[in-house]
Formats: sequence, structure tokens, C-alpha cells
Amino acid sequence: MGEFQVHRVRFFAYMPAGIRCLAHSPRSARLALARTDGALEVYNFAANYFQEKGIPGHETRTTEALCWATGDRLFGAGLGGDVSEYDLEKLRVKYSLDGFGGPIWSMAADPSGTQLAVGCEDGSVKLFQVLPDKIQFERSLDRQKGRIMSLSWHPSGTRIAVGSIDLLRVFDVKSGHAIQRILVDRHPQGLYRRECVVWSVAFLSDGTIVSSDSVGKVQFWDSEKGTLLETHPVSSSAVLCLAVSEEEDSIVVGTSEGAVYQFQLLPVKWGSAESKWVRTKPFQHHTHDVRAVAHSATALISGGLDAQLVIRPLMERVHGKGYDAVLRKFTFPHRRLVSCAKKARLLLFQFPQHLELWRLGATDSAGKDGDILPVSRAPEHLLQLKSKGPEHICCSCISLCGSWIAYATTSRLHLHRVHLENGSVRVKRVSKVPKLLCSAHQLLCSADSTSLFVASDQGAVHVLKLLEPGRCGHLQTLRPNSGSAQAVYLLTASVDGDWLAAASGDWEINVYSLRHFKPHCTVPVYNCAVTALAIHPVTNNLVIAHSDQQVFEFSITDREYTTWSRKVQQHGLHKGWLERDTPITHITFNPKQPAHILLHDTYMFCILDKSLPLPDDATQLMNQTTLKQLSEKARRGCAHAFKICKKYQPLLFVDLLEEGSLVVVERPLMDIKTQLPPPVQQKKFGT
Amino acid sequence: MRVRGRRSRSGKMVAPQPLRVVRCGGSKLSGARAAFSADAKYLLCASGDYVKVYSTATEKCVHILQGHTNLVTGIQLNPQNHMQLYSCSLDGTIKLWDFTDGILIKTFVVGYKLFAFYMLAGSEDSVFIIIPKNDEDFLDWFQLVSVKLPKTPDQEVEAKELSLILDDIGQWPKCTAFGREGEYVASVRGLHLLVYFFKKKKINRFSLSATSKKGANNYFTCVACHPKEDCIASGHKDGKIRLWRNFNHKREYTFSTLHWHHDVVMDLAFSVEGTSLLSGGVESVLVQWRDGSDYKKEFLPRLGSTIEHISASPDGTFYCTSHTENKIIIIHSSLSVSAVIQGLVKGSDVKTGLVVDPRTKALVLNGKPGHLQFYCLQTDKQLYNLDIVQQEYIHQIGLNQVDLVKAAFSAQGNWLATVEQREEKEVELELQMKLWNYDEQTQSFTLNTRINMPHEDHVTALCFRDTDELEDGTPTLVTAGNDGRFKVWVLVNDSDSEKPSMGWSCDFVGSYHNYPATNCCFSEDGSLLAVSFEETVTVWNSDTWDLICTFCHPPGRIQNLCFGRLSCSKYLLGTTDCGFLCCWNLLSCALEWSAQLNVMVLQPDPLSENIAAVSRLLEGSDLFVFKPNEPRPFCIQRNVCRERVQCAVFIPRDVPDSIGSEKHQWLSRSQLYFLTETQDLLTFSTKSAEERLTPSSRQLAVEESLPMTPFSLLLGKHRHQQQSKENADLDTAVVQSHLAQGSPAVKELLHTSAHVLPSASFLCSIFINSVLISKENKSAGEVVDVVEMDSEKAEDESDEDLELTEMEQDINPTEFLGEITEIKLSKSQEKQLRKIRRMDYSWVAAL
Repeated sequence: MGEFQVHRVRFFAYMPAGIRCLAHSPRSARLALARTDGALEVYNFAANYFQEKGIPGHETRTTEALCWATGDRLFGAGLGGDVSEYDLEKLRVKYSLDGFGGPIWSMAADPSGTQLAVGCEDGSVKLFQVLPDKIQFERSLDRQKGRIMSLSWHPSGTRIAVGSIDLLRVFDVKSGHAIQRILVDRHPQGLYRRECVVWSVAFLSDGTIVSSDSVGKVQFWDSEKGTLLETHPVSSSAVLCLAVSEEEDSIVVGTSEGAVYQFQLLPVKWGSAESKWVRTKPFQHHTHDVRAVAHSATALISGGLDAQLVIRPLMERVHGKGYDAVLRKFTFPHRRLVSCAKKARLLLFQFPQHLELWRLGATDSAGKDGDILPVSRAPEHLLQLKSKGPEHICCSCISLCGSWIAYATTSRLHLHRVHLENGSVRVKRVSKVPKLLCSAHQLLCSADSTSLFVASDQGAVHVLKLLEPGRCGHLQTLRPNSGSAQAVYLLTASVDGDWLAAASGDWEINVYSLRHFKPHCTVPVYNCAVTALAIHPVTNNLVIAHSDQQVFEFSITDREYTTWSRKVQQHGLHKGWLERDTPITHITFNPKQPAHILLHDTYMFCILDKSLPLPDDATQLMNQTTLKQLSEKARRGCAHAFKICKKYQPLLFVDLLEEGSLVVVERPLMDIKTQLPPPVQQKKFGT
Repeated sequence: MRVRGRRSRSGKMVAPQPLRVVRCGGSKLSGARAAFSADAKYLLCASGDYVKVYSTATEKCVHILQGHTNLVTGIQLNPQNHMQLYSCSLDGTIKLWDFTDGILIKTFVVGYKLFAFYMLAGSEDSVFIIIPKNDEDFLDWFQLVSVKLPKTPDQEVEAKELSLILDDIGQWPKCTAFGREGEYVASVRGLHLLVYFFKKKKINRFSLSATSKKGANNYFTCVACHPKEDCIASGHKDGKIRLWRNFNHKREYTFSTLHWHHDVVMDLAFSVEGTSLLSGGVESVLVQWRDGSDYKKEFLPRLGSTIEHISASPDGTFYCTSHTENKIIIIHSSLSVSAVIQGLVKGSDVKTGLVVDPRTKALVLNGKPGHLQFYCLQTDKQLYNLDIVQQEYIHQIGLNQVDLVKAAFSAQGNWLATVEQREEKEVELELQMKLWNYDEQTQSFTLNTRINMPHEDHVTALCFRDTDELEDGTPTLVTAGNDGRFKVWVLVNDSDSEKPSMGWSCDFVGSYHNYPATNCCFSEDGSLLAVSFEETVTVWNSDTWDLICTFCHPPGRIQNLCFGRLSCSKYLLGTTDCGFLCCWNLLSCALEWSAQLNVMVLQPDPLSENIAAVSRLLEGSDLFVFKPNEPRPFCIQRNVCRERVQCAVFIPRDVPDSIGSEKHQWLSRSQLYFLTETQDLLTFSTKSAEERLTPSSRQLAVEESLPMTPFSLLLGKHRHQQQSKENADLDTAVVQSHLAQGSPAVKELLHTSAHVLPSASFLCSIFINSVLISKENKSAGEVVDVVEMDSEKAEDESDEDLELTEMEQDINPTEFLGEITEIKLSKSQEKQLRKIRRMDYSWVAAL
């Protein structure tokens, strides 16, 4: 008999949406990512590529272009024809402005961040002025025939290179006239020559224009003379995107075959000024179209329709072996999509536009460690809740007893009362949910299912009272003393109902006393994003996981870090632990073993045993298999605090039910791949 | 032709010139990268101990540079003088040759085994070689060192000033390459690329991981450097080619990958300007990558066999690829094959043995898979390949191919019988016998009859009846098989079909107690057939197919069987596996004599009574030549080679050789060739080593393949005049060499270039002596007179000479012209041309 009975859940048919565009801001070290369903995500590179912010998608919003202006303002434009600015504090669209040029295919901010150039369907390039709190239409450059697929500013801000169908143009910004028109080679095959779409352009400071097109070529042009400098056939299908490094010595391109190539500007001979662009490294991490690439100082970033964000470090620019020097692949959001009603043994799955409620299966047999037990009662799909309106769901939760389901879109909060009687399910919508002024970013039910905590803007947490039979009322609003501007994105409450901890976007954790509805204390701000929070049911210690893989334990009652936490900081965590790929997304506890902390990230599940000594770098971190082979006595000598299990991958959720059974929600990558459309046909040798 | 220093050890035999075993014909052409001359007119390649000079236009061997005493491992043109060639060899010397005249200029003795040779245009006096680190301690440890070549006028110089450049590198020449203008040298070994920068004197080392998740095999196999840019191309075991750039930085180096080959990249070469990269491997496809791009590649497929080396000509017109099947293909830069230089194809196993084609006297044996090659030993050239199996050869490991196992010719060479087999497992055997008729019109063999499964089991022997085909109309073939039968096949008229055609069909099947038949042979007149069944030899009447008598020599099984010839035709000889050579008299049906000898090969000479037997003791093979009528061999040659002799053959000479020694008279009419286990083709020579070393014929002036135009004739005339003026002595040498053939001293004097000759005072006496000896001969005296003639007269005479040659040439060039351009000069034009030619145009030279 093993330690836990594990429910291995694979019926969460979550499909991440494909990545449509990327925008990297070197100044703030952040990456903005737009998905095909209109969702926006912001990754913080300084905090180990943690997905810091997320704005849920919208049915009508399709983002085609993203750009940062002055380092921290993010603009998006799409086929709806609107240019919008995102509010990264309140996690919503701040405002939208119609471009009046039809669908927008491309957008770029000028180097100073004062102007936005927008390329429209009707062939016009429109300039918008970026004002402190809005944007304003300034003027339109000479309108030409053919949609503007791509555009790029010259680093001086005086020229714009524009990629259209079959041709490239160079505009003078001051006069607004096209000063150069360059025809691009059409597709050479076939009876009729197919048009050539210039998918992406980049204007280099020496006047070279780099273009990538649907013929599969990356071409370098002289913008002054309008002549072709170099041609690099890269793919037999389209080259969809390109990005240039800040030093302009490296270019990354992505093709529709899923390959990413790097071009480097290399000297032909040492010491001579003559240099040429050489295609160097190919990477094949994607299976489908690579729709967007970005070039950070140390890494190539690519995102594709297979929903993977791949960060490939450039070894020659990364110094030392560390977190930066490892290839990262993100498929799943760094957010909790599953909530578990422990008492009722229910799982709530959050999809972009609906929720699913499942009852876990059960078994009546017992077995040895490692046995697969036969299921006597199959898991049951109880309920599917469709969200109303075009907005996507941003968060959801189910109470521990399973009788309340709450979910929120950007504008509304929805609450449902669920009655489970003898296998039949009845859902009743709570009609009078108090109208909150701001949106909800995280929801949490208290352990006794009497109150609902709603995380909101400006660090506020609303407390709603859940009343039988299916009513609710606004009880309190908790606000931090510091007056934070950022939204709260993580919540946790103690089992005894006394404490609530909330982490906001500026990585501040406030602890509130629910007895007095006032701030109790603030955890000292650590310089890395908080990825998971939990309060221990017995000791009421707050356990915090950060994106740099540090784990802290904070005593709420003593308002200080516990001695164990200090010991951990003194000793330092194991190297193998710190170099893990993905952040810890969920923390839970075992009430029968107060010394245990259960943590998980996408690739592993760990029981942190506080009673055991911490490992040092010389010992093996993943030692469970070796421990199994040792004798009882030797095992005790070798055991250390981290008990890691990598059997279940990729993990979306782990929680401990009562009576020692564990729920593990997996989403195999293979299942996602089979749902995707077939990739571009490629001849593989030997097939 | 390789000269082995092994001499006969038999003390008893005191011959004036001992018989020596020499390696003949078909040594490996693909041992090292071939080199082009500067004008791409000649291709130089290392072949065994020699360097061979081929004409790229005619595929003919122009010169053989002989002088090394071990394998030549590297050749390179002298960057300072494009008419000179450096070669290095395992014998520890570097030799400098004048390859247009085939003269050894200088020898540098280094004293280590040299595995590769490199010379840079920039450094005049030092060269780079690869030597083993220590002869015994590190067997697999090689170093790149630079050697200072001393500038002394001596012909043999010791070069001992070595300085280490790189340690622990691969021994193969293609694993090291010098970069642009000699700034760096790159060397690969295992998983590492080493780059040494001469100016900064620093080494950069780049390593790859052995394998990756995707099944890459990153071991380096070869390296090449871009001639104009800082770019290194490396080939890998999994077929990838990496182009390294920025490798002067330890961290910021980068590479791009080209991948087409599915197996090992055997060699890489850049074109002269570096615009294209050539690669080749087991796919036998030459791939040309333009601009280092994966998308701009061109192919030259179906080159026959694995490409081992690639080189490019300095003028950029040609590439050449060396192949494992001992072939060099010269390829025009537009990727079209321009010429093929084919040596003797050496497979892993010669199953057919050595056969002689009676028509061409060519050696016939297995060639390319499924082919029979016809190889002329006199010219050391492959005549042609006959595709027997007629199936596409697929290169794949573990694939069982159809194998050609037996071949036999009829006495006149009109018929060829071949047997091919394919063995999947022990039980599944596919056999096919094919009979080929020689077609006089097409001058080749055409398939006449195809017989599936001629025997139930392996065919062990086949032979034609050696009858005069005019006398007895039916050609007869006998095959013996492991299924216990021998079958007689005759040519019959297929009267059934409408068209009269001839085909082979089975006439008689014989067996003897169902023992497997192991050998068969016909007597010389064709009246008797001997077939051996395990321990028994049976003799059959070939008219009635009756069993006449049996012989055996228990307990040995019969291994070889042959009838005596000419005066000894009443004897039948057989060898047993228990080590006996038996001679039976067919008239008395009794054992005439037997000798205890572990004979491996028994080969009768078709032109005499002589029979050669090669026996093997514990180590080394011995040759015995005897006549069946006397049990004593008249020639014993001990220890002809260390390995086992696989097969042997007598090849009739075109012209009987005059052999002084009585002992070696047996070699006068036909020559014995034998093939060892290591696929070395060896023969015997009675000539001394020195005699063989001086080439029999020297082509003094190599024909210039300039197109003939009136203007070139005109200029040519003038040039001839000048040359004859300058080289009056050379002209006389031509005359003299005919007259004073026997005096090597004069030859040496006249053929060696002036700057390497010893002082005149030293030569004088030798020269005069050589002239004095031939005083009895009147013509020799005249020759001396010619030498002493004053220059004016010589000029006149050479003028006349020229006149004559021109008259002869007169016809040839016009014919040549007519063929190519189809423009025939009218007679009046011809006259005019002639007039022009007569005029003095020496003023042209003044311009």
C-alpha cells in the first residue's frame, strides 16, 4: 500500500489557444503575447519568465499586432479594425479606437515611442500620436493599393518600410510619400504565379530592409537603391515572421513548417569590415506554423499555432550555467484552471467559454504500491456551464462542499448554487450578485463555504457572504494599507477562517484578519513574483512559492519568517531545484502530516518534509528511485526533505482529498497535438 | 608496378637473376586525394608506391613517378612552381618531382612514417606533415609538425628540423585542412575540432556531444577550409555538414548545418573561389552546395560506388572524385562526367577466381557488384565491365545481393558461362546460370540462355570442352553441383520457334553414389571428362557419357583437378585436402606418383606442359612448377607471399619474353598471376629491381592538345624552331637513345634536368666511357659527330626534320579540322598556308 491513492485525471480536455503575436520590450524585460482567442499574456523575463499577467480573451477580438511604446505601454490592433491600449494594472482593455482603415494587419511604434504606425487592409498607413493617457489619429501616409501586411520603422524614426503583397515600399514619414517601391519575386512554381505576401519586414539602421515572404525567402534589400542584397531561401513554404536583435547582428525567423532559423551577421574575414548574413542555427521545436518570433538579448523566442512558447537561449550570450541557459517550453498557463471540492470529490475545470463539473471515480479494491486499481465507479461528467456573452472566463472556483460555483469574466461575476442529490444535479443561478465596480481576477471560497473572496483591482479583496438557499450579499472590502495600484491575482484563506492572504501584481502579500476585516500584516516584499500561496491548516503559517523557485514559510501570528524558513535561506536550496523549468502553481497540505508541504509544477510533484534535513548540492535531488532500492536503515540516512515524483506529466493540478487520496490532473501533450490541424506536409527521409 | 624487396630464400638455387615477386597492376588509386596540375591537363594520383600522372583529356597514364619504397600517402603541387610535385610516403621521405618529365628532383629524408603532407603558398621552406607520435607507445596518436626543408643542392637531403603544431589529431589527410592564406589550420578527431592560429599561436577547441535525442551521430569525419573566407566545413558520421564561422572566438562561434547525406560524409572540398562546396559519401552522389545554402544544391548521382576523396582543379574547370572501387572520375565543373580512370576493381571477395578471356587475353574477375570486369594487365587498365546480374545495386547494410560466383570461357572465347546466386538463409538459395555469346558486330557478349536453378545446390565448378569449334560443332559445358550431380549442357537448335535460334539445354546428368560433385575438367582434346565426387575422381567418355574409370587417394577429398597438357596429356592431376598431390596415368589407370604437399591452388599453363602449384605450410605460401611426367619440380619458389593464395592464373604473353635463365624459362610464354587473401595481385619478374625502376619508354614531349589553326601552326613552327635551337642536345638524345640503347649512363645524363645533375667533370668520364664501349657500332660514332656538329648545321638539320614532320602532320591536322568543324581547306588555300609557313616569322618572337 502506497502513501496515497491517486486519482489520475486525464479527462480535462483543455486546449491552449495558438500564439498569434509576440512583443518584447527590452526596457522592462517583459514579453507580451497574444493568442488566437484574443487573450493576452505578459511574461516577466526578470522573474524567470513567469507569466505575470493575463487578460482573458474576447470572442470578437483577434489581435494581429502588439507593440510596446515607451517600454511599459502596450498596444494591440487586430482584424476588428481597432487600436486598443491594454491596462496592465487592471488587466483589461483600457480603450479602443477605430482606425477607419479596415482590418489592421500590422502595427509598430516608432523608436521614441511617440507615434504608432498602423497598416490597414485598405492600403493605408496611419500614424497615431501617443499621448499620456490616450492615442490620437495624426495623419495618414499616401495610400497605396494592396493591404499592408507588415511594417517597420527605421531606427531614426524618419522612414517606414512597409510590406504588402508582391512588393515592399519605403515611406518618408515627414512628407508621407512613398520614396521607394521594390518588387518581390513571386512564387516560381505552378501554372499561374501565386502572389507573394511579404509577411514581415525589418528596417535596420544601415538602411537595409529585411523581408520574409510567403515564397519562403528571407531577403535583404538596400532601401536607398531598391536593390536586392542577399537572398536566403529558408523554407519551401512561407516565412511568417522575423525579429532583429537590438544590436542588429542577429535575426530570427519563423516558418510555417515549425522551424525557427537564426541569421547572424558575421565578418567574412577577421579584421575586415566586410560582413555578411549567414543562416546559422535551425531549431525545430514547433510542429505547426511559427506565427511570431522575438529576439531578446540572450534568447530566441518563438510562438506558434501549436500553442507553445519556446525560449531558446543563445549559449554564446548567456554566461554561466543557470536558469537562463536552459531551453524553456511553455504550453500551459501559470495559473490554476482546476478547482477541487475536496469534501464532495468534485473537480471544476475552467475553459475559455465554459466550465465543466466532474465527479471523481471511485474504487473499492486495494493494492500494493504502484498497482493500478480497477475503477468501480467511472468518473462522471455532471455539468457544463456556458458563460454568457462574448467575454472569456478569467477565473472560477468551487466551494469545498461543492455547493457553490463562482466564475468571473472581465466585466461580471457569476455565482451558482449547485444541488447534488442522489446523482441528479440542479443548478440555480444566484440572481442578485452585488454589482462590483471592478472586475474579479481571482475567486476563492472559504473552507466552511460561507463566504466568497473576490480579488480585485488596486489590491482590494471583496468578501461576499454566501447565504442559503442561493443568495449572496456584499460583506466587506479589504484594502491594503499601502494603497497598491496592481490587481490581486492570488488568494488563500486559512481553514479556521481567520486569515486571508492576497498577493498583488507588485508582488506584495497582504494578510488580512477575517475576524476583524482589517489588514493584519504585510509579508516582506521579495524581489520575485509570487507563484503560489497557501496557509497551513494546523500552524497557520503562510507558505509562499516564488518564480525563482524559492519557498518561504511565514508565521502569520508572529509576523515573521519561521525558523525553518530562515534555515532554508541560510542553507540554500538544491541546485537541481532552482534550475527547474516551470513555477510552482499550487501548494497544499496534508493535515495528518503537519510537517509536509505538497507542491507541484508542470513536470513534477513534490512533498517537502520539513522534519528531514535539506539536501546539499552534492546529493541527488531526485532520489526516490534510489531510495527504494536501499534497505530501511540506509534509506533513513539518505532521505532528505524533497520527495519528488515525476510520474505524472504534464501536471495541471494536484490536490489532496481527505482519507489519503490524491487528485492529479494531467493533460498529455500528445492529446493536444492530435487536436491540432495537420501540419504542413514535409518530406521526411526514409518515409 | 610495385617492387617488393623479398627475394627467394632457397639457397640451392643459384640463378643469375633471382625470381622476384612483384605487385602488379591495379594498385589502389583512391588512397589519397588526387591533385590536378595548374592547367588541369594532368591529374596526379598516388597509386601504391607510385604517383601516376594521367591526362585528363585522354584518361591515359602519361607517367609513373617511381621512387618511393612504401605507400604514397599524400601529394601536392609545389605552390612555388606549378610544374613540380611533392609527394610523401610511409617510407619516411618527401620527394619533389618534375611531373611533366617524370623526373625525381629531390628527396628529403624525414625519418618518420609520413601520413599526410601540406604545403602553403606563403611559406617557402617549411612544409607540414602528419607523423605518429611515438612508434610503439601510442599507436593511435598523431601529430601535425612543420618541417624545414633545407636548401642544399644535394639530391638527397635530410630534413630533421621538426616543430610541433598540433598534438593528438587524426592520421587521415582529410582530417586536417589549412585555412585562408595559411592563417590557421583546422583538424578534427572524434568529437573535437581543433583550430590553431599561426599568428596568435593559440588553439581553439570546439566539442560536440556524441549523440542527441534525434539520433545524431556527431563524430567528425573530414574537414575543409574555405579558400577566401573564414569558414570551416566539417563532415560528420550521420551525414551532416557543419559550416563553422566566427571560430576565432571561444564562445561566439557559430555553425550552420547542411544535411542531405544519410550516411557518413566521406570527403569535402571547396571550389577554388569557395563559392561551392562539394561533398560525397556512400550514396555515390556528388553534392554541390552553392553559397553554403541548404536550398541551392545540385547533384551528380549514380557515380558507381562510395566517394572517398574529392579534389578540385586550381583553374576551376574540373573536380575529381576517387571511389572505393578503384576509380577516379573527372567531373567538369558543370557537374557532368568528363573522364573515368578505372583501375582494377577490388571487391571484398573474388568468387569467380581469376579467368582469362581467350580473345583479349584480359584478366576477368568479379568487378563491381554483379559485374564481370575485363582487365588488361599490360596497360593496367580496365577494358570494360559486363553487367551479369542486370539488377540495380542498392546500397544497404544487411541486404543480400545477387552474387556472381562462377565464370568460364570457352576455348575460343565465343561463349561465356556465368553463375550467380543469392542466399537469403541456409534454405533459400536462388541460382541462375547465364550463357553469353560473343557478338562480333557489337564486340560484346550478349545473353543467349538463362537457366534457373541449374542445380539444386551450390554450383561448385563449371568448364567448357576445349574442342576446336570448327571440328566439332556442339559446344559443351559441364557444371558440377553440391547436389551430387554434374550436368552436361549443349547448344541446340530451337527448331520449335519460328526464328531459328540457338539455345543451351541439358544433355546429360551424371552422378556417382550421390556424393557432392566438387570439380570438373575436360582433357585437352575434349575426349575425357574428369569429375571429382568427394574422395573419388571419375573419368567419363565425353561422347557417350559412360563412366570409364575412377581414381581415389583415400582418405583425402579431392580439392583441385586438372589434366596434363601437350606431351603430358595422359596424366590427370589431383590434390587432396589431406595434403597430397597425386598424378594418375590415364593409360594404365594407375597412380603414377604422389607427393605430400598441401596444395591450395593448382594451375596448368595452357601453352606448355607446366603446372603451377601453390602450397601453404604454417606461414607463407610456396610455389612449385613442374611437369606431370616427372615428379620433381623444376622450379621452387619459397615464401612467395605471407598470406594465403586464393587463386592463380597463367596469362599468355603477346610476345614471348626472352629470359636468360634456364630456370625461369617457364615464364617466357605466359606469365603467372596470383591473388592473395588481401586482394593483392602479384606476379613474378625476372628483371632486377634497378632495371624495372628505369621506365621502359619515356615520352619526352607530351603532346600539346591545342586546337590546330593556321595561326597555331604558324606559331608552332616558330616555337619548334626555338626549342630545337635551345635543346639541340635533347633532339640528339632522341636519336641517340635509339642507337645507344644499352648505356644507362648516357640516358641518365640526358634525361635528368640540368639543375640536378652533378658537375660536368664528374659526368665526363662516365659519358665518354659509355660512348667508347659502343665504338664497334658505326652508327654510334655518327651520333657523336652529331653532338659535335656546330649549331648552325644542327639548326638546318632540325629545320629539315621539322619539314618532314610537318609534311606528315599536314594531313592529320586538316583531317582533324575536317572532322570537328567540317571545313575543308581548298587546295589553293592549302598552298597559300604552306607558303606562309615557309616564310620566316622570327620577328613575331621579337614582338
